[in-house]
Formats: sequence, structure tokens, C-alpha cells
Amino acid sequence: MSLLAEMNQKALQLGVPISVHLDITYRCNERCVHCYLDHDDHGEMTTGEIADVLTQLADAGVFFLSLSGGEVLMRRDFFEIVELARQLRFNVKVKTNGVMIGKKEAARIRDLGVEQVQISVYSHRPEVHDTITKLPGSLKRTIQAIRFLKSQGLKVTIANVLMAGNFFDNAGVIALAKELGVSYTLDPTITPKMDGDRSILALRLPGSDLQQVFHNQELVGDVEQFCAPPPPPGEDVMEGYPCSAGHTACYISPYGDVFPCVQFPLPSGNVRRQKFLDIWRNSAQLKEVRSIRAKDLTVCSACAHVGTCTRCPGLAYMEGSMRGPSTADCEKSFQRTGIPSANMMLGGQVGSVGPLIQIRPMA
Amino acid sequence: MCVGRTKGKRRRVITNKYIAKSPAIAARLLGGEMMVMSAVDSTFFTLNEVATAIWLAADGGTTLAEIVDRKVCQEFDVDREEAERDADQFVNELSQHGILLVSDQPIVNLPAPPEMQ
Repeated sequence: MSLLAEMNQKALQLGVPISVHLDITYRCNERCVHCYLDHDDHGEMTTGEIADVLTQLADAGVFFLSLSGGEVLMRRDFFEIVELARQLRFNVKVKTNGVMIGKKEAARIRDLGVEQVQISVYSHRPEVHDTITKLPGSLKRTIQAIRFLKSQGLKVTIANVLMAGNFFDNAGVIALAKELGVSYTLDPTITPKMDGDRSILALRLPGSDLQQVFHNQELVGDVEQFCAPPPPPGEDVMEGYPCSAGHTACYISPYGDVFPCVQFPLPSGNVRRQKFLDIWRNSAQLKEVRSIRAKDLTVCSACAHVGTCTRCPGLAYMEGSMRGPSTADCEKSFQRTGIPSANMMLGGQVGSVGPLIQIRPMA
Repeated sequence: MCVGRTKGKRRRVITNKYIAKSPAIAARLLGGEMMVMSAVDSTFFTLNEVATAIWLAADGGTTLAEIVDRKVCQEFDVDREEAERDADQFVNELSQHGILLVSDQPIVNLPAPPEMQ
């Protein structure tokens, strides 16, 4: 077990939220076709409120802090927020589209000791990338930002969301990442929009494309191992947790709402009304999330994939039950191994989404 | 309590060392152990209780010898000579990764964030 994994295990045992994802704004200068957010300001936390939240997070033991949005640089106080976060000795990761990062901003990010910058790139071709972001010239500016950040010695990762419109460009983005000397990560997950609009789910990769992704050695490493049939689950698997959401990690929106994860829109409290630690320790919603073991999952507990599936409890929640299956992950498990999930065999429609429970404020 | 005697040569080496936390690190206390990660090369360390005590006292204005006297020897049941040797090794290792700054003069003008427990 790596040292980091040991620390995660220790945080789990102690009930410490070791990682927090904080969106500081939903405003953005791009209008990506697959984005699940609206881009208005419905009352973002002020600089002072964020400063208070950061202090509370440090007190609670948070070590890994992801600052994201929206586009983080749409906030005029972005550097002030990063500076405070670094003074509080968080390990800071910034997620951005890079469009507003020039030489000066890259140097400032380096000076502040940001550990990593993740930048979204959808294609190596401007006509594809800019069509997805709906911002002409965005790929050029994003690549320029990556060069500025790299020249400052910063660790940069290109995040490549794969969807129907850019699937064939992933090899080009990998080549671009190599040319720029940065890491590459792909994500084939498209989630419903905050306002309940499910139309963007049509952008999800079809199964045949997912199968190609999962059988691409450059993307997954050892294909035989990655796509191997799942071993029979042991007792440790059935007693295990689905993921870190609500256990050692959580998400805070620009309005102070606390959720188990950015992809798990179960309102669990608001830092404008309660102390963070009070929410973390006493929220009924987070306690419910923490109570769920693999053996409690309504369909998945009887599924051959239960020990190896990437089942996202947040996506399952958005489909109607946090204990139910996430059909997008059923599809992934099926395309990876060729073995249908229990949900598929019961007639669960892959790619369908049931009644949505969307991000909303606490009642 | 420190129970050992310190030999002059070793004592002189660490007496002159001032240590301070680098601003280019992330750190947090987790269950009595300090997690430290370098923002420069992402090296990750966890410090045991004694190392954590030295880390917390590394304010740039206190020598390592004073830290060993006031923190390590006061709070832990260790031999002084061994404590100094271990502290010296610990400081050398972390300074090689840029996590601790070491100087023969007091280290000033560093940002001093609140230390989170």
C-alpha cells in the first residue's frame, strides 16, 4: 500500500475529510456543449465567506483541495483565494480551461505553490475543440496557457472528456499532451444538467466506442488485465464502501451547499448556515451515504461486477436511488468485459435515466 | 526526558542550525502524524510524533538544538545524543527535498500561517 493510500485509510478510520472539491463559481467564459452547470451567479460566496470556509476546512483536517468551477479565473479574487489556501497549507489543485492564463498568471500560480493544474482539452483540432467550447480561438489560448504553465515548471494534466463529437480525436489529444510534456487523463462521463435537462446525455459515447476505449493499450495499460472477467467477490468486497464520497471527501458549491461529491447532488448542508464540521459529522444525508455497503446495493450486490465496477453512487442517485445501479457504469462494465451486469439482465435499460433528483438548496 | 549526554562535536553541528518550513509545501496533521507534500516535486512524507514536534517548532528563529532540548527531550523519553542524531538526519533529508529550510542564521521574512491541528 502506498503512503498516500495509507493516509486515505487512516482518514477513513478517523472520519477525516481529507479531500474537498470547492467550486468557487459556476460562471464560465466557455459554453461547453456537455456542461452540466448553468453559468449564472445565484449568490456566490464572498471572498470573506470563502476565507472562513477554508479556515474551517483546514481545522477539519482537509489536505487535498481542488479549486474548480465554472472557470475559476472568472472570479477577480481567484489569486486571493489561492493565496489564502496556500497559507493554510492545503495541497491545491486548480481545474481551469486556461483561456485566461497568460505568462503573468502562470508565474503567480507557480509562486503560490499550486501542486497541479488540470486543463480541459477536447481535441487537438481547433474546429472540434472550439465547437465544443463554443468559444472561437479557445484551443489556441488553452495550449498557450499550458506552455506558460509548463515553462514555470508546474505539473499540468490535460483532462479529455470523451463524447460522441470528439471520440476520434483522443489519439490526437494524447499526442498533443506528449508534445507539451504534460499528463493525460480521459473521462467518458457525461452527467445530466443541473436544471434537469437530460438532452446532453445524447452526447455520451455509444457502447461500441466505449469498447474501443477500454481495449486501447495506450489508454488502459494491460488490456487483458483491465478487461478480465471479474473475480468472485469476497466478504471484504461486500462489506466495502462504494467510493470516497461522503467518507473522506465531499463537494462544496459556490453557494456554500455541501454534497457528498460533485457528481452526487444530495444536499447535505450549507456552510452559510452551519459550521462545516457540524455538517460533516452530523448531516443525516452524509450518515446515510456512509451507512451503505456493497452488500446493501439493491441490484448490484448480486452482480458479477460488484467488486470491480466503477459504479458511481452519485449517478445512481440521479437515476433514482443511491443504492441502485448506475446504468452508465453498467455499460462500462459490460463494454470492458463483455459480461452483462445484473441490472442489464433484469431489463435495466443501459443509457436510460429515471426521475432526476437535481442539485437544489436544502429545504 | 532526554537521558543521554551530548558529545561536543555533534552538539555544535545542530546548535548552529536554524530550521523553517518551506512555503512551497502542503502540510496537515492527521491523527498525530504530520502529512507533508512538496509542491515542487510532489514528494510525500508522513512524520512520526517526534518528527512532527520538530516540524511544528521549525519557526526559523529557533535552533535545532533548542528544539531538541525544549520539544523532543521534554516531551519524549529519548536519549539526547540519539535524539540529536535523528533530528539532524531528519532535517537533512527534508531539506534535500526543499521541505525544510536550513541556515546558520535565523530565517526571517517567511509567511507564518496558522498551524492546523
